[in-house]
Amino acid sequence: MPAASSAAVIMTVGVLALQGDFAAHSVRLAELGAEVVEVRYASQLDQVEGLILPGGESTTNLILLDREGLWARLRDFAGQRPILGTCAGAILLAREVTNPSQPSMAAIDMRIERNAYGRQIDSSIRLVQPEQAFADRTAEGPLEAVFIRAPIIRSVASGVEVLLRDKDDPILVEQGRHLAATFHAELTSDPRLHQLFLSKVRSN
Amino acid sequence: MGTRSVAAFPLDGIDMFLTNEFRLKVGLAEQLKGGVIMDVTDASQACIAQEAGAVAVMALERVPADIRKDGGVARMASIQRMREIMAAVSIPVMAKARIGHFAEAMVLQALKVDYIDESEVLTPADEEFHIDKHAFPAPFVCGARNLGEALRRIAEGAAMIRTKGEAGSGDVVEAVRHMRTIQRQMKQLTVVGRDELSGCAKDLQAPLELVEWVAREGRLPVPNFSAGGIATPADAALVMSLGAEAVFVGSGIFKSEDPARRGAAIVKATTFFSDPEKLLESCEDLGKPMPGIDVATLDESELLQTRGW
Repeated sequence: MPAASSAAVIMTVGVLALQGDFAAHSVRLAELGAEVVEVRYASQLDQVEGLILPGGESTTNLILLDREGLWARLRDFAGQRPILGTCAGAILLAREVTNPSQPSMAAIDMRIERNAYGRQIDSSIRLVQPEQAFADRTAEGPLEAVFIRAPIIRSVASGVEVLLRDKDDPILVEQGRHLAATFHAELTSDPRLHQLFLSKVRSN
Repeated sequence: MGTRSVAAFPLDGIDMFLTNEFRLKVGLAEQLKGGVIMDVTDASQACIAQEAGAVAVMALERVPADIRKDGGVARMASIQRMREIMAAVSIPVMAKARIGHFAEAMVLQALKVDYIDESEVLTPADEEFHIDKHAFPAPFVCGARNLGEALRRIAEGAAMIRTKGEAGSGDVVEAVRHMRTIQRQMKQLTVVGRDELSGCAKDLQAPLELVEWVAREGRLPVPNFSAGGIATPADAALVMSLGAEAVFVGSGIFKSEDPARRGAAIVKATTFFSDPEKLLESCEDLGKPMPGIDVATLDESELLQTRGW
């Protein structure tokens, strides 16, 4: 098993819980031995060593982050601690968002297009073969990726590493301490993405 | 607030839960958790709803309060209206089809709405059968007053359940009754002996395998939302505290004095349902709510919740 599952020191990891599938992420993190904090207040960011921005509606999450005074604090957090953004969370992390254009944290130097596959009827579950870099750091074997009204990463800057691709599109990228996935690993039984994230939290 | 039993993914134990199609349907419902889905009748209302923080909008011809007032046959909304709404917002768009009206559902699927609500708010098209929702790649939400009704709809393929409540009343009492009933009946199943479950299935008029699943897991296999009479931020916090995982608000927003403000307030109350200070903030300066009707004064024949079974 990868190192992430044999935590000697228990890590405290937050899941932004304003809206979205935060509960599914919390279950997975708890299974992997992390202490989970559902984050709804800016002050809770001081208690966590890493943060997951879950799937949900990025429009709604943006509005709530702004309204509840979390936006500035979250940007500071990104300068110090690892963040994993999935689907809507990946959109929040991007440098540039299209369809429509909207504010984002610019924590990962990529351009991402919202709802790029279409509407819900165009959602899909696909098996992808990991890039070697992902397999080396987690485990070998195909990964089930759940795309729900998902975005597509249209371009990444040179400092961004692509860890998973579906056909030619990057679906998991890494820049520095942060990870962004356009799919929902939390809706499968595959723990590798969360294990990888926890290993980044531990080494941060 | 107690901790909630949440889903492990993928759902296991029953074949229908393991199909990719069903997982995607439930997957979208998961994304809407903790949010507010608002009824809208045109694109400008949809924009107000999105700005207020709605996670999705429900497109319909008339809000339930107007259906109740004006009478006549309530049908699927006009295609033109729905197209305008879909073009105006980036959040998911749901739309209602009449109970049993699978042709309306076919139209809504072809239009690519993100979720179809087989709804008692519209005039039922079939008093005997609900739509076979497994036949559609598009996901469906259905109303329920109790656990048996919820499990019958899930067996037919619904990937999201909402309480029926009493739509268009502005009276939360029925939504509360239905959520409490579903929660109580689920708890009861977790403590009865295995040998009694077939009798429970008979009483609930629900498939045994779904009854056994709920007995084991203590929750519904699909997200469980609340609808029907929610008109204030406090109403939303109440149903969330009773176990709802998200809230539908129909007439409560656009029949109030200040829909933008009330919409945002209900969103805030849904996120912070267990925080009294945040709830207080959400209740300030809202303007007048929708007038509402005391459900106890309604004649049995005026109830919408008794449509469907």
